[in-house]
Amino acid sequence: MALTTISSSTGAVRGSVERALRGARVDVRGRLFEAALLACLLLSMLVLGVLLHTVVTDGMPVYTERGWEFLDGALSSSASRAGISQGIVGSFWIAAGVVVLAVPVGVGAAIYLEEYAPRNRLTAFIELNVRNLAGVPSVVYGLLGLAIFVEALGGFSGQSDVDRRTLAAAAATLAVLVLPIVVITTAEAIRAVPRSLREGAYGVGATRWEVVRTQVLPYAAPGILTGCLLSIARAVGEAAPLIVVGAVTGFLSRGAGLSVSNVVDPGHLTERFVALPTIVSHWAKLPEEEFKVANSSAAILAMLAFVLLVNTLAIVLRNRVERKRST
Amino acid sequence: MGLVLRGAALASLLVSALIVGSLAANAAGFVAEVDWGRVLANDAWNPRQGRFSISTLVVGSLVITGVAMVVAAPLGLGAAVYLSEYARPRVRAVLKPVLEVLAGIPSVVLGVFALNWIAPEVVGTLFGEREGRTGSMLAAGIGVGILTIPLMASVSEDAMRAVPSALRQASAALGARRATTTLRVVLPAAVSGIVAAFVLATSRAIGETMVVFIAGGAADSATFTANPLDGSLTMTAAMASLATGTDGVRADALAVPALYFVGIVLFALTLGLNLVADRFVRRVRRTY
Repeated sequence: MALTTISSSTGAVRGSVERALRGARVDVRGRLFEAALLACLLLSMLVLGVLLHTVVTDGMPVYTERGWEFLDGALSSSASRAGISQGIVGSFWIAAGVVVLAVPVGVGAAIYLEEYAPRNRLTAFIELNVRNLAGVPSVVYGLLGLAIFVEALGGFSGQSDVDRRTLAAAAATLAVLVLPIVVITTAEAIRAVPRSLREGAYGVGATRWEVVRTQVLPYAAPGILTGCLLSIARAVGEAAPLIVVGAVTGFLSRGAGLSVSNVVDPGHLTERFVALPTIVSHWAKLPEEEFKVANSSAAILAMLAFVLLVNTLAIVLRNRVERKRST
Repeated sequence: MGLVLRGAALASLLVSALIVGSLAANAAGFVAEVDWGRVLANDAWNPRQGRFSISTLVVGSLVITGVAMVVAAPLGLGAAVYLSEYARPRVRAVLKPVLEVLAGIPSVVLGVFALNWIAPEVVGTLFGEREGRTGSMLAAGIGVGILTIPLMASVSEDAMRAVPSALRQASAALGARRATTTLRVVLPAAVSGIVAAFVLATSRAIGETMVVFIAGGAADSATFTANPLDGSLTMTAAMASLATGTDGVRADALAVPALYFVGIVLFALTLGLNLVADRFVRRVRRTY
């Protein structure tokens, strides 16, 4: 206990010792160094501010002029009629794919690695493999999706040629992409569970699975949820693999409109697709200013609203639990 | 239950095997059939016309990664040192989450920002506007750099926070100023973690696609150039542009196998960097 008190008050103690030794003189070079460091941090944040400001000033006029119609509309070659509803549908199903496929497999893998796996070479290799998978460029996952989900498995429907580039294949690709993130964050959350909880449960005769179900998972739940939220946000913002898997550029005839029955219709899964980030990237590369600046920024606003909300939720959740447990 | 969970863990191995397998199988045709004189030539990357100069893409990747690290390494490391050594807990509790928000910004957003703001306002102001094209490797590189700042910052901050405070106390007790303690004691002790952060950020920058695809100043072909003010393609952006519009008729039968060939080069490169970073990260853990 005594040790922790000393280390937590280091800053204050050191400051007063420094002042006493140096007298009243100010450490100019030290202050400059500190200011330079702070400038690095503030510059990074300034960039964030400029970015958000640019996107809002470029994209807001679209919403003030067209409002709901922009969200509800379909892709179009006319900038004043183009809307993003098909992208919202695509991104919705991609997020659903992550929740249904990546979360159970990822959490299961993490439980196995932390609670069941013997400490041997195979386990060490699996752990190394997961860490490396997390660092594989996202565009390479697109190639995996193209080769396996589209070409080999026919987009899960057996259709021919380009029709196989389906939303289901895209959702599966992104689920594989975020799998290592789910495993790593879940494993971290499980590692933070105190040993005493497990030992207490084993002590009263619980089986391994009972210990996991009644002690480990409830304690680690907020951490696991944080990891899942982060991976959903990551998947919804990811464009490169979708482009490789075969997101539609230009025109998509069906699936427009934001009625609930249209959005949750699983029929979209076996059809070709677009998602919010691929719409953004397609529009940003068009020559017309209305698409390149206004419409792409407006689509970014819709995507950022969701991504930043989910991310903030995850960060707040984690910080709150950390604070509660450290006191 | 144990068996089911074990299956889930083995799924990660299956994913790796499928990645390597599908890349190798599809790239094999390219390796066997392509005219290697064209792959090794330093002229241009234009798969639709059968020009496969891989060096054009590798140099494009190097230039953009170089620019990105010039931006991300000092800013990320500076931010990390401030958060770990100088910031009061309450300040840190506010600033750190903001940095994490920056980490959560999708790369397409940075791409549009690089094209619509960095290219005209930063690159255009410094080096003059160029006619006919707005994007450039410099603009895209700055965008990629901004994207990797949070990674650089968080990994090196973790490394510095892992340095025992006994070291800082000993240094302070010998009369060292805080800046001296940071530069001579904390940074050397955390050096392997900082190297790991740098390597990971490099790997992330090489693998970044969308920023270059949108703001790199080249559409689906690029001539060999190492000038950051020119537009060019990286390995990743070349893959993305090769994949768009593949619905149409392809001029060269090797265009799609080329996609996998570039993919396998990229995969090998980032895998190597990630393994190196992993070594360094583990060294930090072993020492303390």
